[in-house]
Amino acid sequence: MPKTLYDKIWDAHVVHEDSDGTCLLYIDRHLVHEVTSPQAFEGLRLAGRTVRAPAKTIAVPDHNVPTTPDRNDGIKNPESRIQVETLDRNAQEFGVNYYPVHDVRQGIVHIVGPEQGWTLPGMTVVCGDSHTATHGAFGALAHGIGTSEVEHVLATQTLIQKKSRNMKVEITGSLPPGVTAKDITLSVIGATGTAGGTGHVIEYCGQAIEELSMEGRMTVCNMAIEGGARAGLIAPDQKTFDYVKGRPHAPKGAQWDAALAWWKTLKSDEGAQWDKVVTLKAEEIAPVVTWGTSPEDVLPITGHVPDPDSFSGGKVGAARRALDYMGLKPGQKLTDIEIDTVFIGSCTNGRIEDLRAAADILKGRKIAVKRAMVVPGSGLVRAQAEEEGLAQIFIDAGFEWRLAGCSMCLAMNPDQLAPGERCAATSNRNFEGRQGRGGRTHLMSPAMAAAAAITGRLTDIRELTRQPA
Amino acid sequence: MEKFTNLTGVAAPMPLVNIDTDMIIPKQFLKTVQRTGLGKNLFDEMRYDDQGNEIADFVLNQPAYRQAQILVTGENFGCGSSREHAPWALADFGIRAIIAPSYADIFYNNCFKNGMLPIVLPQDQVDVLMEDARKGENARIAIDLESQTVTSADGQVFAFQIDPFTKHCLLNGLDDVGLTLEKVSAIDAFENAAAQARPWI
Repeated sequence: MPKTLYDKIWDAHVVHEDSDGTCLLYIDRHLVHEVTSPQAFEGLRLAGRTVRAPAKTIAVPDHNVPTTPDRNDGIKNPESRIQVETLDRNAQEFGVNYYPVHDVRQGIVHIVGPEQGWTLPGMTVVCGDSHTATHGAFGALAHGIGTSEVEHVLATQTLIQKKSRNMKVEITGSLPPGVTAKDITLSVIGATGTAGGTGHVIEYCGQAIEELSMEGRMTVCNMAIEGGARAGLIAPDQKTFDYVKGRPHAPKGAQWDAALAWWKTLKSDEGAQWDKVVTLKAEEIAPVVTWGTSPEDVLPITGHVPDPDSFSGGKVGAARRALDYMGLKPGQKLTDIEIDTVFIGSCTNGRIEDLRAAADILKGRKIAVKRAMVVPGSGLVRAQAEEEGLAQIFIDAGFEWRLAGCSMCLAMNPDQLAPGERCAATSNRNFEGRQGRGGRTHLMSPAMAAAAAITGRLTDIRELTRQPA
Repeated sequence: MEKFTNLTGVAAPMPLVNIDTDMIIPKQFLKTVQRTGLGKNLFDEMRYDDQGNEIADFVLNQPAYRQAQILVTGENFGCGSSREHAPWALADFGIRAIIAPSYADIFYNNCFKNGMLPIVLPQDQVDVLMEDARKGENARIAIDLESQTVTSADGQVFAFQIDPFTKHCLLNGLDDVGLTLEKVSAIDAFENAAAQARPWI
């Protein structure tokens, strides 16, 4: 029977299946960070258990770490410090792979995993973080889990799972200039809603997906969770193999050849059955921004703030509440919305290509917002950006050039919005209070965020894009 | 894990769609290294003002709902972050069951790991129970896991679906890790076979 890519990865990892379809699924890589793991390690300790596969477990602090240079003198917030120190201790005690705060390889767990070659095609990857979906860009089955499940994976290297349904999201054709992976993933959520993928694993495919870089594919899969899906997947191809080859934990020599032979079989078969199919035409995707407090509240930048009464059911009240929270009025042009702050970073858009796209817009220009910051996704992304001269472009434009971490994406560290402060952000969630209590978030691509930084308002990147000389 | 068998109690109405886990427990409370004590910060930014004073009209601040054990709410409840702090905060406040048309996947699974029951019912039945919830102490809702039913205050019985294995674990308060470790030989066998087939992992 023809299988989907998800079917193939699933089948290769079933340890045990009960008669009711409940499966024990083997986990190849377990990524761990400081916020969702302390209670899990404590649970092991209380039960006298060990980590079953420490070599397959990778830990890095990212959510709480300050991104200012003084972090090397210690974390000032006592609770954040305790949480990071707890991870330091747990990583040592249980013997798992670890990238501490002062290690140049430290960064956001979903950027570090691929960068170090921990994430490989055909793997199962889990982490106590919903944006684990990012790793699906490699054709790995990757998803977020809760802390109880973190403990379960630590102890058993397996998860108790039921299989999700198969959903295909196809993006036909090529993206127009100025339109990016972020616009694809936000547009898909706009089309399907934040629960459109619930109960499904999405495979993204089509010409526009094939044409994306690995960085772009990670951006697309990263936000699969914002569409409600368990995971997002993209079949591995030559770009994937080229990205993986030579990374510290990628296979080498004969093992590389064996791996490659298997990886090349990892695609959905002709005639595979899909429970749900969504097709978007790349030519019809525009640069988009969010206007509300849910990632599904997305519109082309040429649009206007919608009237809550134009929705139906519970969304009418939700949209009314969102506009009130966001301080917006129905009918307002999106390009008239003024921005206070710009945040470029996060596991969605904190990779080198994202910084290049933003720097390309910022080169020789100055910001017109109160503050703007770039937070590279890892220490290595930061170092590369410095080497390429991108850091200087950001600094010259008036951006703060920060150290790696999750930062203002979720504002657990000191990088937070003040009440009413309006932010153009390249992150993944525009929920109430997400970037700081009362803070107002508009999600967009790195290029669009850079454009907003220059003009001080939401801006159509296509109006700013440099003409070739 | 605490067992869940049946529950009759006051339900708090929260007729909003897409209530996300940042709303349920904002990130500043994720810095704890414990599972307990989060109840006082449940729905913190909706429940307290900037000075930390209670906002009187928020549902859980109203006298009728301070002891609520059930939450009736809108679709896609628990979307967003995977933080298990969300069910921990609900449980610590005293909420043991939730009734909604749909949930986000990770939140839904997280509930069962904490002896909590998230019930899915069609919107029209949720609407009936939402009306009961609005009556507070005057309209208690009864939930019975064994028979998989919710009974409204005026005796309407709504059946709900639940995965049989999950139900079994919840009724008996079974610990997943303990159950899985009974299959350790199967895990060993899988690991050995995988080491041959995919040695690069």
